[in-house]
Amino acid sequence: MSVLIFAELEEGKIKKTSLEAIYYGSKVAEMTGGETVVLAIGEADSAELETAGAYGAVKVMHAGGQELKEANIVAYADTLTSAATQIGAKVIVTAKSSLADAVTARTAGALKAGVAGNVTELPDLSNGFEVIRSVFTGKAFAKTSINSEVKVLAIKKNAITPEISGNKAAVEDFMAPVSEEAGKAKVIKTLKETGTVSLPEADLVVSGGRGMKGPEHWQPLLDLAEALGATTACSKPVSDMDWRPHHEHVGQTGVKIAPNLYIACGISGAIQHLAGVNSSKVIVVINTDPEAPFFKAADYGIVGDAFEVLPKLTAAVKALK
Amino acid sequence: MNILVCISSVPDTTAKITFKDDNTTFNKDGVTHIIGPYDDYALARAIELKEELGGTVTVLNVGTAETEPQIRKALAIGADEAIRVDAEPTDSFFVAEQIAAVAKENSYDLIMMGRETTDYNSGVVHGIVGQLLGMPSLSPVMELNIDGNTAKISREIEGGKEKLEATLPLILGCQEPIAEWKIASMRGIMTARKKPLNVRPAVGEGLTSVSSYSLPPEKGDCKMIPAEEAEKLIDLLQNEAKVL
Ligand SMILES: Cc1cc2nc3c(=O)[nH]c(=O)nc-3n(C[C@H](O)[C@H](O)[C@H](O)COP(=O)(O)OP(=O)(O)OC[C@H]3O[C@@H](n4cnc5c(N)ncnc54)[C@H](O)[C@@H]3O)c2cc1C
Ligand SMILES: Nc1ncnc2c1ncn2[C@@H]1O[C@H](COP(=O)(O)O)[C@@H](O)[C@H]1O
Repeated sequence: MSVLIFAELEEGKIKKTSLEAIYYGSKVAEMTGGETVVLAIGEADSAELETAGAYGAVKVMHAGGQELKEANIVAYADTLTSAATQIGAKVIVTAKSSLADAVTARTAGALKAGVAGNVTELPDLSNGFEVIRSVFTGKAFAKTSINSEVKVLAIKKNAITPEISGNKAAVEDFMAPVSEEAGKAKVIKTLKETGTVSLPEADLVVSGGRGMKGPEHWQPLLDLAEALGATTACSKPVSDMDWRPHHEHVGQTGVKIAPNLYIACGISGAIQHLAGVNSSKVIVVINTDPEAPFFKAADYGIVGDAFEVLPKLTAAVKALK
Repeated sequence: MNILVCISSVPDTTAKITFKDDNTTFNKDGVTHIIGPYDDYALARAIELKEELGGTVTVLNVGTAETEPQIRKALAIGADEAIRVDAEPTDSFFVAEQIAAVAKENSYDLIMMGRETTDYNSGVVHGIVGQLLGMPSLSPVMELNIDGNTAKISREIEGGKEKLEATLPLILGCQEPIAEWKIASMRGIMTARKKPLNVRPAVGEGLTSVSSYSLPPEKGDCKMIPAEEAEKLIDLLQNEAKVL
């Protein structure tokens, strides 16, 4: 039973969460007896793609054609479907992301595959094919059996810790026909921050809420983030008021993150906010109000003014290095 | 402009999640249900587009009779008619099949959905429907304007956004700030009672099923650090929590 992993490329490199998915896929292949193959779409050189081998991949199919230069959901999905069909993949694994969801959904439609998202553990094969997935925005888990012949799994960040070997994967060029629908949606312009780790990928996140008082007061938070090498996030009202860009908004209706460390400054900890951050390993809360609900969900808390606390933390981080 | 808006019925975002029957069933006792928050954005934008360009907005839900209050609410907000496919929406592929079946019988210029439901957070139904109907699907969409046969869209990507132009018909998974959530007026609530709500049977069957649920472990106590000694936090994060 071959396993195909859809790996995302970011600035020519395989995304960290995709490497977790490759490792997860290789474990599934081990359990079911089959090959671990990766499909990587976009620009990357062979030396980079070979490194998928360290995470358990035997082969990387690399699709780098012209119509795949932009992340075209339909073209990507058609390519993934063809690759799955060609190698006879019975399990398709990806890291949960908005692009991967959109792409694998179409492939699931084409292959009549059952989908399980936010998977947190390796499958249990003792009674069919069962996985545990995180549901109700992190508030519960559901043991789910997938009964279709082809299965699509989207893995949650940090669900598995890869063990890295010295192996290299064989890299092959791959090209597949793309359906007519792909041409119906054209990217005109891409606006993207470069050089920063994106929120879903980030291990360290510093986040601000309405308690930060206004966009002009964000500098102390940005300073701590820079000293830590962390990515910045915010609460919904903050992005609604345009204090910070929308893609920084975390929560039930924003990005769901799972960093090792989440530092919340001036955020009350509304249940909808927690829903986006409750998968963080360690949560730090800085708030002037000792009764702020966020402290109940935190590992470490400081009752105090963010504008006094943040510079102290930044200085302490700098002193480490 | 004929628009189909697919809405899910989900537990209120503040609902306490518990299970019954030996953890095999979600306990709905005392839980208020709402239109999926993302679906509510899609609905709000669909109604604005109808007001701007004319046409109709049809809402579609795959669910049991329990979801009718959410469907009536969508009608009260401004949708013209509703369809309910009478089945438990247990599986993404199954839900998508129902939506595709309805869409095949009618010609919609746009099929608008939320980026994801807030109970299972799969974010895949729009893509599956797109494939089943042979139409492009885009998600998560933050901005949508219609110019003749072209949709001008902005879609969120990690760390930014991209601008797209796409030809109709299209399927979109929507999120804020595409529109502001709308509330029903008194008049809307009155007229909603008279708007058509057609119930139809489901086709096909699900590909996945849930056998049991569990809750995450309780969080331990929060360790408090005095503000005057804030720098100690960094030491704890490095040596105790080992995250730095
Ligand atoms: C359907 C729905 C979906 C939602 N989705 C989301 C979502 O995805 N994400 C989200 O974040 N919210 C979401 N919300 C909104 C949520 O309910 C809260 O309103 C929001 O999270 C509050 O943001 P906040 O904590 O920044 O602001 P507030 O609640 O106003 O809290 C500000 C906090 O800052 C503290 N403070 C003030 N001054 C200082 C200072 N100098 N130093 C330190 N602390 C200070 C205050 O004590 C207070 O606790 C949603 C709501 C609904 C109804
Ligand atoms: N039971 C349902 N009935 C109608 N539409 C649904 C249903 N479930 C999901 N959808 C739509 O599909 C979108 C994506 O859902 P999902 O893939 O389940 O996260 C939702 O935001 C809804 O617009």
